[in-house]
Amino acid sequence: MQSQDKFYLLVKFQNIGFKVGSPNSEFYLSQFSTVLNLLPSHIHFSIVIYSAVIAFWRKPLEMVQYNFKKITRVPTGKDFVDIVLSRTQRQTPTVVHKGYAINHIRQFYMRKVKFTQTNFHEKLSTIIEEFPRLDDIHPFYGDLLHVLYNKDHYKLALGQINTARNLIGKISKDYVKLLKYGDSLYRCKALKVAALGRMCTVTKRIGPSLAYLEQIRQHMARLPSIDPNTRTILICGYPNVGKSSFINKITRADVDVQPYAFTTKSLFVGHTDYKYLRYQVIDTPGILDRPFEDRNIIEMCSITALAHLRAAVLFFLDISGSCGYTIAQQAALFHSIKSLFMNKTLIIVCNKTDLQSLDGISEDYKKLVADMKSEAMKTLVGQGGEPRDGAEVLLTMSTLTEDGVIAPRDQKERPPCIPQVVLEAKAKEAEKEKRKLEKDLEEENGGAGVYSASLKKHHLLENDEWKEDNMPEILDGHNVYDFVDPDILQRLEELEKEEGLLQENEEDDVEMDVDDLTPEERKALAEIRKKKSILIQEHRIKKSTAESRPIVPRKFDKDKKFTSKRMGRQLLSLGLDPSKAIERVRSKSRGRKREGLLIIRTLMVVMIWMWMIMMVRTRR
Amino acid sequence: MRLEKCWFCSSTIYPGHGIQFVRNDAKIFRFCRSKCHKNFKMKRNPRKVKWTKAYRRLHGKDMTQDSTFEFERKRNRPERYDRNLTENTLKAIKTIDKVRSRREETHHKNRMKGKAAKERREARKEHDQQLHMVVAPGATLGSLAKDATATPAKVKVKVQHESEENRMEE
Repeated sequence: MQSQDKFYLLVKFQNIGFKVGSPNSEFYLSQFSTVLNLLPSHIHFSIVIYSAVIAFWRKPLEMVQYNFKKITRVPTGKDFVDIVLSRTQRQTPTVVHKGYAINHIRQFYMRKVKFTQTNFHEKLSTIIEEFPRLDDIHPFYGDLLHVLYNKDHYKLALGQINTARNLIGKISKDYVKLLKYGDSLYRCKALKVAALGRMCTVTKRIGPSLAYLEQIRQHMARLPSIDPNTRTILICGYPNVGKSSFINKITRADVDVQPYAFTTKSLFVGHTDYKYLRYQVIDTPGILDRPFEDRNIIEMCSITALAHLRAAVLFFLDISGSCGYTIAQQAALFHSIKSLFMNKTLIIVCNKTDLQSLDGISEDYKKLVADMKSEAMKTLVGQGGEPRDGAEVLLTMSTLTEDGVIAPRDQKERPPCIPQVVLEAKAKEAEKEKRKLEKDLEEENGGAGVYSASLKKHHLLENDEWKEDNMPEILDGHNVYDFVDPDILQRLEELEKEEGLLQENEEDDVEMDVDDLTPEERKALAEIRKKKSILIQEHRIKKSTAESRPIVPRKFDKDKKFTSKRMGRQLLSLGLDPSKAIERVRSKSRGRKREGLLIIRTLMVVMIWMWMIMMVRTRR
Repeated sequence: MRLEKCWFCSSTIYPGHGIQFVRNDAKIFRFCRSKCHKNFKMKRNPRKVKWTKAYRRLHGKDMTQDSTFEFERKRNRPERYDRNLTENTLKAIKTIDKVRSRREETHHKNRMKGKAAKERREARKEHDQQLHMVVAPGATLGSLAKDATATPAKVKVKVQHESEENRMEE
């Protein structure tokens, strides 16, 4: 009984976990459960839990429900690039200057590259995951999608997107590695631009695939939502026999009904109720009697539906022939697709009896119809829904022994095997003495702060006395280590020899020039130089005062620089006799005034004389 | 502990002095004081700045090639400690220093060799050309005048025939 309960648990898992999965999963689980039931009961429970875990772990894989209407829109290549790049620009910091610490600059650009890559990855992953994998969905949908859009083309497109995703990941990794060693802001920026550029090129290259997937998505969203696992009624037959009219009458579907053939170009679904149960009615496009390879996409749709859906099939016959095809042709079609009706309840529907009653048709046709009816009747046998008890016979617990598979074979002792060498080594280690550590030495000599271990204790030197030597590192502004050389003595000797030679060869150049100045000449030269420097100084003073403050021109010299005495002194110092010059100067300066007066005086005297003479003359 | 050289002026940087600058390409620049550091930041070329060792060496003011420079070389492989070797090295450093400074002196002397002659020539020239600032050309008084000891009396010279002949020959 216990085992039965556990099996029931498993069955429950089956029902919960794999309701809308592929038919394969059910098969696998049934196998799994058979194996489980072979095991003894005490392990059973743990295994059950384990399998529950596995089941739930497998669950997400199997339970991926593809909702064709809820696939997100696939943007075009250019749009994709725009979206991701604008996102990067908005959601990462934008300010960086070349004065920032180099790590900061690197991080800034690495973040941008990584962010862009993450975005691309996200968006491409959603595309890949949302589009259904043709192997994972119900074979009806798989085939339908294959018929409508080529399976290979579809897989290729998704594959391209996957590779693009991987490529972008690789690009990002490479450039982040390069960015870690970027020198300057310019270099980091160039790397980031290169990385983003490459990612965008990759995305642009998959542009056509994205466009193709967008078209598929739009079409898939409009596919009729056919549930492959519920009660279904499938309507098939030649074109124009009245299938769509029938479905319009039974359900609330509004299918196009037109007099031309192939009005219905795809599957349509309607729902009816019968005895409080909901049935879905599927209308298919008409099928023509052609070899399988010649069929077009529309016919393949209906063939797919017939092949994969477990449904009751209503084969429509047009008795009147107003569809354009005789009963014979329709019967031929029936027999050609008879194989598709295996395991399905088949019902022959004779339609358009208002135009031509069933009794009114010819005998051959009646025979054909009777044939088809008999075929149909065969399929109805065994569909009454009888419960199948004990059909798949599983081995129950009662058929197995208590010990089961894990019973001991015989009574022999089997201890663990340790090699002899290892045992000996272990024994030796236990005997070995503990050697004295530096730590112990430190503790003996006063502890951590008091004793400092001599690091040079184990140095390998030629003479052990030298171990505690302190070697000087600096001498007279030189590093001693730079001079240390095994053959320094020899080189020093050479140097000293060289030095000796140089000193010998030095010529004592005492240049005795005949053209030397005498002491008087030297005195004269000194005076010359002194005078020159005085001139220069005066000039400098004059120059500076002219710039810094305006000079009021003086009519007479305040400093008495232009006196004749001074001139006399200067001339004397030059070695000239100044007396004549002074006289000349004096005479000239007085001369002008005196001359004028003299002229007037003489004139006056002359005039007086003349006047006196005249007076005398007039008196006489 | 190691004494480094300043990148700008090539003087030694003692511990506790100066600044070290590490560039983004991992090149290290050491400066002995802020003067060199600021000059570097101004992007000045030490080969053009007169007071640096780089300029002096480039323009031949200081000795560039000498065997004493070979003794001092940065060694990357440490030698095992040997007391005798160390002693010898320390003594050697002193003698090498002496030798080097002597050689630098000779270099300087050689550089300045022609200076005394040049100075004398210049002095002679200056004296001869600028004497008029101190002694007027026609001076009679003063100790420096040339004609101070000239005789005031006129001397009559007989014009002889030979002089006329000489003139004609000329």
